[in-house]
Amino acid sequence: MAEHHQAHAAEHDEHHDHKPHGWRRWVYATNHKDIGTMYLIFACTMFFIGGAMAMVIRAELFKPGMQLVDPQLFNSMTTMHALLMIFGAVMPAWTGLANWMIPMQVGAPDMALPRLNNFSFWILPFAFSILLATLFVPGGAPAGGWTMYPPLMLQNGACFPMVIFAIHLMGASSILGAINVVVTIMNMRAPGMTLLRMPLFVWSWLITAYLLIAVMPVLAGAVTMLLTDHFFGTTFFTAAGGGDPVMFQHIFWFFGHPEVYILILPAFGIVSEIIPTFSRKPLFGYEAMVYATASIAFLSFIVWAHHMFTVGMPLAAQLFFMLSTMLIAIPTGVKVFNWTTTLWKGSLSFEPPMLFALAFLFLFTIGGFSGLMLAIVPADYQYQDTYFVVAHFHYVLVPGAIFAIMGGVYYWLPKWVGNMYDQGLAKWHFWLSTIFVNVLFFPQHFLGLAGMPRRIPDYAVQFTDWNMVSSIGGFGFGLSQLLFPYIIIQCVKSGQKVLGNKPWEGAHGLEWELPSPAPYHSWETPPSDALIAKGAAH
Amino acid sequence: MMTRSNRAVALLAIAAAAALPAHAESGWSLLNMTQGVTDISRKIYDLHMLIFWVCVAIAVVVFGAMLYSIVTFRKSQGAVADTTIVHNTRVEIVWTAIPVVILIAMAVPAARTLVEIEDTTRTELTIKVTGFQWGWNYDYLDRGVSFFSRLDPESDHARELASGIDPNTIPHYLLNVDHPLVVPVGTKVRLLITGADVIHSWWVPAFGVKKDAIPGFVNEAWFNIDADKPGLYRGQCAELCGRDHGFMPIVVDARSKQEFEAWLKDKAAEQKQAATPESAPAPTASSTTTAAPSKS
Repeated sequence: MAEHHQAHAAEHDEHHDHKPHGWRRWVYATNHKDIGTMYLIFACTMFFIGGAMAMVIRAELFKPGMQLVDPQLFNSMTTMHALLMIFGAVMPAWTGLANWMIPMQVGAPDMALPRLNNFSFWILPFAFSILLATLFVPGGAPAGGWTMYPPLMLQNGACFPMVIFAIHLMGASSILGAINVVVTIMNMRAPGMTLLRMPLFVWSWLITAYLLIAVMPVLAGAVTMLLTDHFFGTTFFTAAGGGDPVMFQHIFWFFGHPEVYILILPAFGIVSEIIPTFSRKPLFGYEAMVYATASIAFLSFIVWAHHMFTVGMPLAAQLFFMLSTMLIAIPTGVKVFNWTTTLWKGSLSFEPPMLFALAFLFLFTIGGFSGLMLAIVPADYQYQDTYFVVAHFHYVLVPGAIFAIMGGVYYWLPKWVGNMYDQGLAKWHFWLSTIFVNVLFFPQHFLGLAGMPRRIPDYAVQFTDWNMVSSIGGFGFGLSQLLFPYIIIQCVKSGQKVLGNKPWEGAHGLEWELPSPAPYHSWETPPSDALIAKGAAH
Repeated sequence: MMTRSNRAVALLAIAAAAALPAHAESGWSLLNMTQGVTDISRKIYDLHMLIFWVCVAIAVVVFGAMLYSIVTFRKSQGAVADTTIVHNTRVEIVWTAIPVVILIAMAVPAARTLVEIEDTTRTELTIKVTGFQWGWNYDYLDRGVSFFSRLDPESDHARELASGIDPNTIPHYLLNVDHPLVVPVGTKVRLLITGADVIHSWWVPAFGVKKDAIPGFVNEAWFNIDADKPGLYRGQCAELCGRDHGFMPIVVDARSKQEFEAWLKDKAAEQKQAATPESAPAPTASSTTTAAPSKS
């Protein structure tokens, strides 16, 4: 069956593979793989720029006293680091992986809306050029935190309208990308690819896309109100005019908490693909995984105020948000238990994707534990706005989201380019990243509990020791990441050819039924029902 | 090339780890929340430790199962996958139900403590706290005392970019102010917290109090320091408030009730005198009369 299809695809390639060459291939791109590649390269670029800013932060915090940067620039670094990593690195990386994988996994030739796809990508370089240009305007880059709380946000200088315009563009890009994902999944699945046969990466992205469509407009509304408060005399967030600065926080976090899951749900999907492959065993509790993801997405809409327990909310509201937040532990627990049970009585091997997935399993769970602690309101009064929170969200975002992205790239790269990468070097990348990420972020739990606030450029001397350790971890982690693009470039240029369709013997799913490298138009004829059933294997 | 730089970082890490304890012993032992000096701060600490140990217990079970699987079911050791394990309704119900029970067990004491924290009745002294860029104003309502509290000049000089002053030589670097907030121990003190310009947050870890100072709105918080624990308690602004957010500490000087009343009386007299135009040309007299008692 697979052979038949390959022959078929190859034949079609000759007819349809008239891709434009040179710059036109990329600027006019409508192919899901080309656009996916551009998204991933863009994300990687932003990851290194945002990472360089993190290096500035950790260098300044290496010891007490101000050595390198002005406090205002320090605040700009934390603000820009967050905006670049969230909107520039993690979200585009997910969209890039969605572009590459969703058509291949659901048996479609391409994304449903290829020109929209081109548009949603090409917005991003403009959005981030504007954002990065703020570093060079009078008053400097935004320094009020990525959360943009007024009235502080309104004190920004020339960067203010630029940031808001950049965020509008990013939001538009995300919404268009999300619409494309929903339409592709709903309309382009091969006959026989029922919803409950879809791979979990597709499921998690479908749910993520709905979250994006629901909340990105809310963010757009919030920043637009900031804009009119600043330039047009409205007072949405100014008490003197009948407004309320805390209202911004409610609106922002109504976007912000689902946003947290936008960053992590696709990671759940990827880990749910990788662990069964290298355990040589189907995922345990597939349907429970789908329902757990959907429950987490639903709950993400009713927990937002746990980011703001100290603003002075009524008792009833605090209790509600504490309990709803704790509820998230239940579906998240189900996912962790299911992954663990998938390992149980498997036949495990430890190729680079599996290593990243296993590190995700341990370290994301640590981030989950600190998240549970943060839900407890009285304790949160002590944790809020300290390094404990910084440690918490970096544990879920770095060894959580970022490790899953890297695991995903190491998992699918041989399929994309038809070459295997240097697995030994990728293991070096893994071990260095895993060791340094813990050296970097684990001591931040101690700092936060001992009373060090976040977003400060200088600190009392008793915090010196753990800050030094954290900074050393930061530099080590940052340097280790240079291996990642090196390994990928080496793989593309001179990697060893992958023989057969499956570089991983335990892999299931339609993407592995395509030849390596995958043809330019993934499934020109839909896969057969038998092939789909074989791929689903649960 | 890569491995060399990583080795250099690793060596640096080891060298730093070996060199550090020599000059700063206290830093390494700062690992956990402190119990604080109020009933509420101790309850918060207990809650924190309760959740912590619950998480540790769950971690032992879950990480134990993961590690056991990773060690035991290795393909390289000849493990053969049991592909029949795909679903088990009974097990799935159990591991959904157990977390529910654990969560309820944690929510109950948390809610109880929260109700206590929110009870701002029967307070004996009210102080209005106003955060501004960058410092605090304390106003003892109806007692005629009000003053500003900012970072102490020594820290302020040392914290300038490339000041050349070693922060280790400054006592309580960045955690010291010119005029601390003076409060009585054994008294339920109510704070009315607001902001003058942007949002700040008044946080003293030893009291378990962190409350945002929001311009145009007034938040309430309270603390009651143990009667046997007078002393100096330090905290910081906990909400990003601009350039000098890191440089607006809080110092609370907790004194016995009698000493506090004496201080308040002197301070009120001093401020009343300072407010009268005639007394303005004689600052030396007023400062000498008030200096001695306020040092107590």
